[in-house]
Amino acid sequence: MKSISVLFIVFTLALLGFSTYQALVVAPTEQTMGDVQRIFYYHVPSAWVAFLCFFLNFLASVAYLVTRRSNADALAVAGAEVGVVFCTIVLITGPIWARPVWGIWWTWDARLTTTLVLWLIYVSYLVLRKYASGGQTPVLAAALAIFGFVDVPIVYMSIRWFRTQHPSPVMGGGENSGLDPAMLHAFLWNLLAFTCVGIILVAARYRLQRMEDEVEGAHAQLALQGGTR
Amino acid sequence: MNTLSVTRATLMKDLRMEWRSKDAINSMLFFSLLVVVIFSFAFNPTAEESRLIAGGLIWVAFLFAAVVALNQTWARELRNQVLDAYRVSPAPPNALFLAKALGNFLFVVILEALMAPLFVVFYQLRSVGPVWQLVVVALLGTWALVVNGTFFAALSIRTRSREIMLPLILFPISIPALLAMVDATTMILTGDGTPDFWLKMLLVYDVVFTMVCLLLFESVLNAE
Repeated sequence: MKSISVLFIVFTLALLGFSTYQALVVAPTEQTMGDVQRIFYYHVPSAWVAFLCFFLNFLASVAYLVTRRSNADALAVAGAEVGVVFCTIVLITGPIWARPVWGIWWTWDARLTTTLVLWLIYVSYLVLRKYASGGQTPVLAAALAIFGFVDVPIVYMSIRWFRTQHPSPVMGGGENSGLDPAMLHAFLWNLLAFTCVGIILVAARYRLQRMEDEVEGAHAQLALQGGTR
Repeated sequence: MNTLSVTRATLMKDLRMEWRSKDAINSMLFFSLLVVVIFSFAFNPTAEESRLIAGGLIWVAFLFAAVVALNQTWARELRNQVLDAYRVSPAPPNALFLAKALGNFLFVVILEALMAPLFVVFYQLRSVGPVWQLVVVALLGTWALVVNGTFFAALSIRTRSREIMLPLILFPISIPALLAMVDATTMILTGDGTPDFWLKMLLVYDVVFTMVCLLLFESVLNAE
């Protein structure tokens, strides 16, 4: 098992190097936006990994409420934490791109605002986990995770109605949409690399959580037996 | 024991306790009065400006005030282990939840009815659109805040920093409801557009989250 994970990490590092080369050197420079457009190769894959992680958090939370197995809860923690990290990357890279292209750092547009609200919801999830005590934490957190996930489409609908400015989807949009093949190439490599990084981080966080659970369980056992150490 | 009779019994008990102590309603009233006064100093609006910002002011004031009442929802059930007793009794958990949510809904609606004239006086509000729509927005919006608030209060009561926890988890989830309430109220007050979409959205929000609450409350009540 260990050799497989080491192999996967090495593979991901190599992939990350290759995809960075693709994004920064091979992909052509965008006509109107210039080099700043290259942030797109990091912005969109990060958003993808964040959404994937939040979805994982939702599935794991439901699984925990149904089965009450602590490994489902560990997966939920891993998903939420890694998701918040990637969501933060999205919220930082977005304004860096928006400043030269739109002329503003931030606008209360549907996708930006939804991402921000999503970030707020999952940060509040992590805060709840931090402050809840003892064995009830997983149940309380799982309940909040389901509320958060159900809220996302409602947030999106409501803010979309409010206003929108984000560029419409470049891929699969209207007639003039679509990427230059070289750009698409670089983008897909980055998407793959970031997904692998996400998997590694979630797996590492999952293992850490399992260890923490084990240590906590051992402490509880010791306390029950009346031992001091 | 059926759900209806347990709900009614719990609700009547809470209403009677509130009627005798007036803890929640008094603290909410004074709190929102303070918010009204402080906002008016902070923005110092003319009649025309206040029509534009009133939607936001009203709902932020009520949201903060509602948190005051919501935080007290479960606190009195923790004394003397009432919640534990409830857990081992055969009474359906959702009856308890519904009674608490309905109780909070009544308190906040009464607060809104008492505070509305004050807003009109202090901010010289005159609605351009039909006023009855404001009542619909208030009822749907209040339920949206209160149903999740009651549930999240049951979550936060089990954490270490109880009172601070509730707004931290309630506000992010309530953002779409708040947006709907504020925008619908502004639309009605200024007569600029119809709030139909927002009313439908609030209705969907209410139905969806009431169902999620009822689905999950038993697990939360029995969490060890």
